[in-house]
Amino acid sequence: MYLDSAATALKPQAVIDKLVEYYTEYSTNVHRGLYPLAEQATESYEKARATVAKFLNADPRGIIFTRSATEAINLVAYSYARNFLKKGQAMVVTEIEHHSNIVPWYLVSTDLALSQRGASLIWWPVEDDGTLDLDVLEVILKQQNVGLVAVTGMSNVLGTLLDIHSIVQKAHAAGAKVLLDAAQLAVHGPIDAQALDVDFLVMTGHKLYGPTGIGVLYGEAELLEAMPPFEGGGEMIREVKKHEITFADPPHKFEAGTPPIAQAIGLGAAIEYLTSLGWDTIESQEQEVTQYVLEQLSRIQGLKIFGPKERGSLVSFAFEGIHPHDLATLLGDEDICVRAGHHCAMPLHTRLGIPASTRASFGVYTTTADIDKLVSALLQIRDRFTQARSRA
Amino acid sequence: MTDLYREEILDHYYHPRNAGKLEPADLVGHETNPLCGDEVTMYLKFDGNHISDVKFEGSGCAISQAATSMLTEYLIGKSKKDLGKLDLKIVLDLLKVQVGPGRINCALLPVQALQKGIEQR
Repeated sequence: MYLDSAATALKPQAVIDKLVEYYTEYSTNVHRGLYPLAEQATESYEKARATVAKFLNADPRGIIFTRSATEAINLVAYSYARNFLKKGQAMVVTEIEHHSNIVPWYLVSTDLALSQRGASLIWWPVEDDGTLDLDVLEVILKQQNVGLVAVTGMSNVLGTLLDIHSIVQKAHAAGAKVLLDAAQLAVHGPIDAQALDVDFLVMTGHKLYGPTGIGVLYGEAELLEAMPPFEGGGEMIREVKKHEITFADPPHKFEAGTPPIAQAIGLGAAIEYLTSLGWDTIESQEQEVTQYVLEQLSRIQGLKIFGPKERGSLVSFAFEGIHPHDLATLLGDEDICVRAGHHCAMPLHTRLGIPASTRASFGVYTTTADIDKLVSALLQIRDRFTQARSRA
Repeated sequence: MTDLYREEILDHYYHPRNAGKLEPADLVGHETNPLCGDEVTMYLKFDGNHISDVKFEGSGCAISQAATSMLTEYLIGKSKKDLGKLDLKIVLDLLKVQVGPGRINCALLPVQALQKGIEQR
């Protein structure tokens, strides 16, 4: 029983078939091939870009394929933040961020040349109930010179959903750009990059029922136009002379080397799969499971749930007197796959006052019957540990 | 349920042997695993060439704490030479279970604490 979809989602047959089709029928490189099979690869790869663009309601020219969401954030950190943050401008991150949306900004802030310019990192603290207070952001934006706000759309530990629209409005009013980390959010509901007015958005393929090794960066056209390349190599150039190189236009300017062709095509298939299920069905099913698990777990004595009631479809918890790693190992023995640890969110766990938590996260295939199995296994483990503790 | 949590291990976890502090101690070794928050401090006293007393303080998962508790029992009466030869295999023999790659660092924690103590001595 798989309850670790926030780490990576299981892959539908439609995605696997697309990958197999590419590898068996037209496994050729993209761009510049003039024979039909290469044209088919280029067409499928660019069609995947169009599918992602439609999924995010964005211009395909602003869709860059990367290796991962992490690489997409690093691309913005290197090509945008290091070049366009003005003297004295800081970056804001929340206390609930995944390490992938902390470390790249930390590296920018500790870069000697930039830190002398004052590119510091400011933390937007999380409230006790696991939510983020917009008024606190407003104070930060008023008191500090902020150039960039990097926020997740949904916490990978608490499930907290952020009000991105308001965050963007406040940031823009203060002259700051916004990067939205949609690695968790994109799986659970529709995202409209234009309506949200985000400057950058990143997401990953493998949490979205697609293959590993593929991520997406969406960037606002003017910004991508102005930004220097991230990596140099083939694909990203228009013309190379010995002493002068002209770069390709975005998005290709940011796609050096042979891209993850199969993975991009697979991601396109995953999005088509999600679209065929329909957001209404996905959201209502996931919310049913999420509210059910919150209700069931809240009845277990000694079990603490982290995060707000209104949330995306995951839950992290701790059992009094049982270490999260012991819990996850024991659940694993019952073929229940959950994750334990800091979930790449150490600052959040420090804030919660715990070294680790156990997390169950859900996908379109999770049912309330799965939750019943989880709950009964948890009760069994608790009883066994309680017995051992009370034995003299 | 798994052997990893057999009765003896849970017993050591909830009823640790030689829990506490030795002051003064001849050797103190401390180690943490920031990934899971596990923490162990070992205190050793020597009588000539032999370990005369061992105590430990710690917090964390059942595997790390039980392994530490078991190791304190094992160490009392051993020679300084034995202490130098301490390795993962000895702890696994004490635990008498297969520990998977995901949890091996838990079992290793008391050994690492002692090794740090020896280095710092």
